[in-house]
Amino acid sequence: MSLIELVGLSHRYGSREVLKGLNLSIGKGEVFAVIGPTGAGKTTLLRIIDLLEVPSAGEVYFDGKRVPGSRKQRLEIRRRMSFVHQKPQVFNLSVYDNVACGLRWRGEEKHRIAEKVDLILKMVGLEGYKNRNARTLSGGEAQRVALARSLVLEPEVLLLDEPTANLDPVSSAKIEQVISYVARQHNTTMIMSTHDMSQGRQLADRIGVLIDGRLVQTGNADDIFYSPKNEEVANFVGVENVLEGVIITNSDGIVTVKIGPHRIGIQAVSNYPAGKEVYACIRPEDITLAPIFHRSSARNYFQGKVTRVTTLGPLSRVEIDCGFRLVALVTKISAEELNLQEGKEVCATFKATGVHIIERGVNQ
Amino acid sequence: MTEIWDGLIKAIELIISLDPEVMEIAGRSLRISGTACLLASLICLPLGSLIHFHQFRGKRVLINIIQALFSLPSVIIGLFVFVLFSRAGPLGELGILFTPIAMIIGQMILITPILLGLTISALSGVAKEIVDTATSLGASDFQITLLVLREARYAVVAAVILGFGRAISEVGCALMVGGNLKGFTRVMTTAISLETSKGELELSLALGIILLLLALIVNIALYRLQQR
Ligand SMILES: Nc1ncnc2c1ncn2[C@@H]1O[C@H](COP(=O)(O)OP(=O)(O)OP(=O)(O)O)[C@@H](O)[C@H]1O
Ligand SMILES: [Mg+2]
Repeated sequence: MSLIELVGLSHRYGSREVLKGLNLSIGKGEVFAVIGPTGAGKTTLLRIIDLLEVPSAGEVYFDGKRVPGSRKQRLEIRRRMSFVHQKPQVFNLSVYDNVACGLRWRGEEKHRIAEKVDLILKMVGLEGYKNRNARTLSGGEAQRVALARSLVLEPEVLLLDEPTANLDPVSSAKIEQVISYVARQHNTTMIMSTHDMSQGRQLADRIGVLIDGRLVQTGNADDIFYSPKNEEVANFVGVENVLEGVIITNSDGIVTVKIGPHRIGIQAVSNYPAGKEVYACIRPEDITLAPIFHRSSARNYFQGKVTRVTTLGPLSRVEIDCGFRLVALVTKISAEELNLQEGKEVCATFKATGVHIIERGVNQ
Repeated sequence: MTEIWDGLIKAIELIISLDPEVMEIAGRSLRISGTACLLASLICLPLGSLIHFHQFRGKRVLINIIQALFSLPSVIIGLFVFVLFSRAGPLGELGILFTPIAMIIGQMILITPILLGLTISALSGVAKEIVDTATSLGASDFQITLLVLREARYAVVAAVILGFGRAISEVGCALMVGGNLKGFTRVMTTAISLETSKGELELSLALGIILLLLALIVNIALYRLQQR
C-alpha cells in the first residue's frame, strides 16, 4: 500500500504555476528520487509533502488518509517525517542542542536523547563537535549536522532536498553511505531530490523526472536512462545524442531512420511505422570507436572526423562529425591507443538495440 | 567656578563613602526601573512574538504606530497616569498616586513601545528558513516561538537593556506620578532635578555621576552583545 499519494497536485506562487497536475504514489520503504533541472519544482514538491505548503489544487494522502487542515493534526503527521532542506540552516546553538531539538520537541526522555544524539553524531563523523556552536561549522559540517538532526528522529519518511549539492566527492560519498545505511536499517521511506543522475541511480528504487512542474516520467533507473520518454528527459538524463529524424522503413521491428540534412540512415529497434517523425537517442557510452576500415557486426557503422576531445576523469568525451554530430564516451586509455585528436578519422559503431526511438511532438 | 569644583569633589566623596542617602536613592531607582522593565518584558516578549508570528489586517500599520511611540515624551505618560489615578480619576480609589507603584506603571507604559518594537524587529531578523527547519523537525507553534526567541536572544536582550535605560533615565513621569517624596518615591532623576533647583549641588552631582556610570554600563553591555 502506498504511504504517500499525490493526486492532481498543482501549486502556484502568485500567478506562476510551479507544479502542474502531479500524480504520484510512493510505497512504504521505497526510496524515490526526483530529478530535474533547476527551477523544475523539486523543492516545492518536497515542501508540500512535508506539509509546509498547502497545494493550490489537488490532494495529499498520507498513510491512506487525506491530510487534514488543522494545524495540530498536520503537526502530528509532520512528526512522522523529517525534511533535510536544500540549504541547511543550523540553529545558533551547540551541535548537540541542534541534533537534540527534534527529540526534545517530541518529549523524549533526557537520557534517551543523549544516547541517540551520541550515536548519530558518531555515524556522521562529528563526535568531537558536540559542544561547538553550530554556526562556526564549515558548510559540509553543517550539512552533516542537518542530516544528523533529521536521522536521529528515526522518521518513517525522510525527505532530502539535494543532500549532497555543494559537497566535495568524498563528503558526498560519506553522506550517501549514511543515507543508504539508514534506509536499509529502518526501512525508511525516502524521497530525495537531486541534480545528480548517478546519485539517483545509485540510491533510488524508482526515479521521477520533474521538468517544468510536470512529472514527465517515472520508472526505475534503466527505464529512464535507456528509454527516456521524450526529448526533454533524454537531454536531461544525459543522452547526448538526440538526433532528429524520420522513419522511412520498418521491417519486423527494425527501422531505418533518416537523420540530418544528409539523410543518413540509422538502424534501430522500434515499432513505429514508416513516416513517423522521431528522435533517435544514443547514449555516448554505447558508441564504440575503432580505426577506419575496421570490420564490425554492428548494424550502424559510420566514418567521421574527430572535432573535439575532452577528458572527464578516466574517460574521454569525443565529438565526431560523420554527416551528423555524434558524441562518444571512451576510456582514456583507448582514446590514447586510437590516437584520438582533432581531425583524426575514426569509425563509430553502435548496435541497433543501443538506439532508443522516441516520438517527436508529444508531451511538450 | 570653585563652587562647582567643590561640589564635584564632595559628590565623589559621597559616592566613595557610600553615603546612605545617595545609595538609598540610587537603589530605589534601580528597583523601580528594574521592576518596570521586568514586568514590561514579561508582557512585551510574548506579545511581540504574537504580533510577529501572526498575519492579520493592519499589522503593518500597528508596527508603524508602535515605532512612532518610541519617542513618546514621558511627561505625556505622566499626565495620563496622573489623570488615571488622581482622586477624581477612574482608578482614583486605588490610591496609588505618588507611590512607587504608579511610577512603575508609568515607566512600563513608557518602555512598552520600545520593547514591543525591538522584539518584533529582533524576531524579523531570524531567517524564515530557520522557522521552516524547526517546523520540519516537528516543532509546535509554541516551540517555534521559543526557538526563534532563542535565536534572536542577543537582539532581544539588547531591547530589554535599552528599555531599562530609557526607564531609569526618564524624569517627567517619575516626578508627576511619584512626587519625589523623600525616602519613598525619590529616585535619581527626580532628586537631581529638584535638588539642583534648591541649590543642593553635591547630591545632584553625585547622583548624576552614578546615572552616567549606569548609562555607560548599559552601553558597554549593548556593545558587547552586538559584537556576538
Ligand atoms: N516562495 C516562492 N515564491 C515565489 N516563487 C517561488 C517560491 N519558491 C519557489 N518559487 C519558484 O518556483 C519555481 C520552482 O522552485 P523550486 O525551488 O521548487 O525549484 P527546484 O526544482 O527545487 O530548483 P533547484 O534545483 O534550483 O533547487 C522556481 O521558478 C522558483 O523561482
Ligand atoms: Mg530546490
